[in-house]
Amino acid sequence: MKRIVNLILILLLIISTFTLTGCGYQYFDLELQGDYSNDLAGTVLNVYNWGEYISDGSDSGIDVNKEFERVTGIKVNYSTFESNETMYSQLRTAGVSYDLIIPSDYMIDRMVSEDMLLKIDTSKLSNYSNIGEQYKNQYYDPDNEYSVPFNVGMVGVIYNKEMVGEVEKSWSVFWDEQYKNQTLMFSNPRDAFMVAQFLDGTSVNSKNKADWDSAAELLKQQKKYLQSYVMDEVYGKMETGEAAIAPYYAGDYLTMYDVNDDLAFFYPKEGTNIFVDAVCIPSCCQNYEAAMLYINFLLEPEIALANAEYIGYASPNTAVINNPDYCYFGNEILYPDEENMPKTEYYRNLDDDIRYYYENLWIDVKLY
Amino acid sequence: MNKKSLGQNLLRAPYVLWAALFVIVPLVIMGYYALTDANGVFSLSNFSDLGRYKKAFFLSLVYAFISTIITLLIAYPLAYFMTKCKPGAQRMIMILTMLPMWTNFLIRTYSWITILSNTGIINTLLGKIGIGPLPLINRPGTVILGMVYDFLPYMILPIYNVMSKIDFSLTEAAEDLGANKLRVISKVIFPLSLPGVISGITMVFVPSVSTFYISQKLGGNKTMLIGDMIEYLFNLGPDYYNVASAISMVLMAIILVSLFIMNRFSDDADGGVVI
Repeated sequence: MKRIVNLILILLLIISTFTLTGCGYQYFDLELQGDYSNDLAGTVLNVYNWGEYISDGSDSGIDVNKEFERVTGIKVNYSTFESNETMYSQLRTAGVSYDLIIPSDYMIDRMVSEDMLLKIDTSKLSNYSNIGEQYKNQYYDPDNEYSVPFNVGMVGVIYNKEMVGEVEKSWSVFWDEQYKNQTLMFSNPRDAFMVAQFLDGTSVNSKNKADWDSAAELLKQQKKYLQSYVMDEVYGKMETGEAAIAPYYAGDYLTMYDVNDDLAFFYPKEGTNIFVDAVCIPSCCQNYEAAMLYINFLLEPEIALANAEYIGYASPNTAVINNPDYCYFGNEILYPDEENMPKTEYYRNLDDDIRYYYENLWIDVKLY
Repeated sequence: MNKKSLGQNLLRAPYVLWAALFVIVPLVIMGYYALTDANGVFSLSNFSDLGRYKKAFFLSLVYAFISTIITLLIAYPLAYFMTKCKPGAQRMIMILTMLPMWTNFLIRTYSWITILSNTGIINTLLGKIGIGPLPLINRPGTVILGMVYDFLPYMILPIYNVMSKIDFSLTEAAEDLGANKLRVISKVIFPLSLPGVISGITMVFVPSVSTFYISQKLGGNKTMLIGDMIEYLFNLGPDYYNVASAISMVLMAIILVSLFIMNRFSDDADGGVVI
């Protein structure tokens, strides 16, 4: 008897989880500015984006893909990647076909030079005027032919005011005896070298091996002051006060600040790394018109707002930035004014020779 | 060799297939990578470059050695004590030993972070009475603690297995002949339990020397043990498969040599038992 009762309870549990999560999304009453009438209904659009990089309807927000499907009748086939390199090798080698991708700046540069992207005629995107002028004409796409900016981010330093008080606004905090065993550092080579290179006053894209040697020397010296090398663990360690100082992205700082309001943030005076993730159409695209509709849809004020609030990074969309209802409206960290804007440098695509060289230097740092 | 019947061959087939697919083939692939350069041309350069990893090799051997000794010092008295308990109590201790092993090894390692970190259980409690926080985590000792904790059951089980089969009339005989407690242990029980000790040492030393993850989580990712280095190199991408395979080959050779030495010991022990 008891067994049967247990079985029924388990079945109920399984059924309830399905019913509770399965349906329940309420469509929004969107005020769209673009024209989405089309004869593409029933076709499929393959979108390839970073994980956790689109508003998905959680926390009663907008589910961007569902809304797009409803408005256009086009089926969105959505998949995600974890790094630019994974995305690149998928497109390069595996015989996959995607219609829309969202790579970062240096990867766009590389894909343009390898003829892997189709041109985007921005005059056909009615919402393109929403993109702020300062986000156009960047090095990776000087004539705005191949990409439409989606998100912008900069690396800064997060610190715990309760634990270390005010600190000097410099990368040198990671070499400071007084913060010994309280600091975290990126565990991937490019970002770790970036920190040392800004302190050292050299370019993060230097072609001179001596610059990389000198940065590696700094990283070796730094090791004795560090608590640990981290990537995603930075959230837990900073939110609980396990560590006091860490370098990370501004948008992610805001997420941590929601949990622990002892945390503060600054952009180091030596300058920092900036990145742009932008929407592109790969040359393997099978549904170009639908991809264009999707890009225009992403630029819609309401949709861009939902994405900006969900992702937490800076939006290049002026309709979002100037919206007083935006939860990060006027946020000085995401949108520093000219006076507080740090010196920034993009990562460029490095030659294999230099990449191999710094990866090996990093191995030496790790072994040191 | 006598000819095997069809039935015997059929029974053997799944294992042979398994071993071929998941032991032999991977070894061949690893050997291929270790002996070629990035362009697939035969080369020994992967091995000549291994000097830079000597610190990681050395640390791994030292950490593994220390944690093996500590597990032995904990496990041996415990196993002896177990054999002296009533059967019910023995079963209970056995379950308590096995219980943590039902939890995934990664989770068990991770849980030490919650105990030892600056904001962890111990330091929070110490903080309440005005002490600390003590630097308990991100130290070499913490890595060894993690190894000891993770691999301790592999030491207890074989020693207990062998000890529980010791005929204790032998110890009574030794006592009758005038041996004191210490002499009984050193001259009778220890030699008889040696096979268990040897297999326990092997089962702890081998995984300790090649382990990864423990140092990354409990050592602040700052000390590179050789297992971590192999994992790291494979993650860096195809350019590093060759050197990572070469390190793996050398590590395997070190493990095989230590196993060989261990087996010599246990052969002697068996011989001793017969005499």
